Amino acid sequence: MWKWLHPYAKAERAYQLCNTLLPYFVVVSVLCIVVGWVWGLAYAPADYQQKDSYRIIFIHVPSAILSMGAYSSMAIAAIIALVWQLRNAELAVIAIAPVGAAMTAIALITGSAWGKPMWGAWWVWDARLTSELILLFLYLGVLSLFHAFEDKKAGGKAACILAIVGVVNLPIIHFSVEWWNTLHQGGAITKFNTSAIDPSMLWPLLINILGFAALVGTLTLIRLKNEIMQVEQHRPWVRQLVSRG
Amino acid sequence: MNPRRKKRLFTVLAVIFGIGSAVGLTLYALQENINLFYTPSELVNGKGPELEKPTIGQKLRIGGMVVPGSVVRNETSLDVEFQLIDTGPLVTIRYQGILPDLFREGQGIVAQGTLIEPNVIEAFEVLAKHDEEYMPSEVAEAVKGIKHEKPKYNLNSEN
Repeated sequence: MWKWLHPYAKAERAYQLCNTLLPYFVVVSVLCIVVGWVWGLAYAPADYQQKDSYRIIFIHVPSAILSMGAYSSMAIAAIIALVWQLRNAELAVIAIAPVGAAMTAIALITGSAWGKPMWGAWWVWDARLTSELILLFLYLGVLSLFHAFEDKKAGGKAACILAIVGVVNLPIIHFSVEWWNTLHQGGAITKFNTSAIDPSMLWPLLINILGFAALVGTLTLIRLKNEIMQVEQHRPWVRQLVSRG
Repeated sequence: MNPRRKKRLFTVLAVIFGIGSAVGLTLYALQENINLFYTPSELVNGKGPELEKPTIGQKLRIGGMVVPGSVVRNETSLDVEFQLIDTGPLVTIRYQGILPDLFREGQGIVAQGTLIEPNVIEAFEVLAKHDEEYMPSEVAEAVKGIKHEKPKYNLNSEN
């Protein structure tokens, strides 16, 4: 059943797969982010309460969702790397980590900029904000663990273990606004039954989320290509690729 | 799947399960402490199974809805007094300073301050809490039948 996957364990095939996928991700991310931002920032109506200030939602929510999405992809790659001992999966972990960390940082910074005018504070130690900050530290921890070891193999293993352990934080981030009383409001998109967010604002938001997802994919693929090249730099196929220019 | 991989997979799953339950139990034990604020009924009636009440002079946060019609501003200073409610009892907040833009009667807020009487808090910080509903003002008027306007800052009704 999974036989078709096996060839991609080889670095060269994985590299080619990255090359095939990359253009689609680039097109989707550029298209969706341009459309989503122009629509959201310029054409979507102003909110009844927060007026134009709410528009930062079109950056804040996609980056926050993707910070968690990237983490779960990283953890899945880490499980595969530990159980099946595939080096490509390990490279994928290290390819995603900085991208996810950037998304988390964007979510925290935009959230802070949104919090000041609306709540009246840049930062509050409530459960949602704190757990998202821990997510950033987890990403940074995975990255630094990977680079902390002289032996690449040991570093990769340690980073994978931390990535898997950190998964515990994801449900905490998601449900923090329901389990405890927080200053942060509840989730707007996951409330399907009620119209928490008006369709005229929801559509540009969904487009932006898709665009950010494709952007994370794009950056990860580019980084993965580099990682593969670096590890395989003495192999004939890389030399051929480089000499071809 | 060969036995070695199977064993590793089980180890990984066991680690996730173990850490998950450890963290889960810790959070469950700390539940009351992770809450950002007291609600007015928790403040007055006590909180948790032992109905613990905060003591006078304690620093705390309180979150609730500003009771419509309860906001009283001092005309010569920044002093303001209003009441908070959730389901039952009222709690009075005294504050000196500029209130956030979203502060309105009927709005959820979180105030941080010192308890000076069983149901009076002298706040040094007032934060506005908003909900997860976003809509254009025309829709809000149609759905909720409310026009969201800032409360009048001038209390003299003559001008």
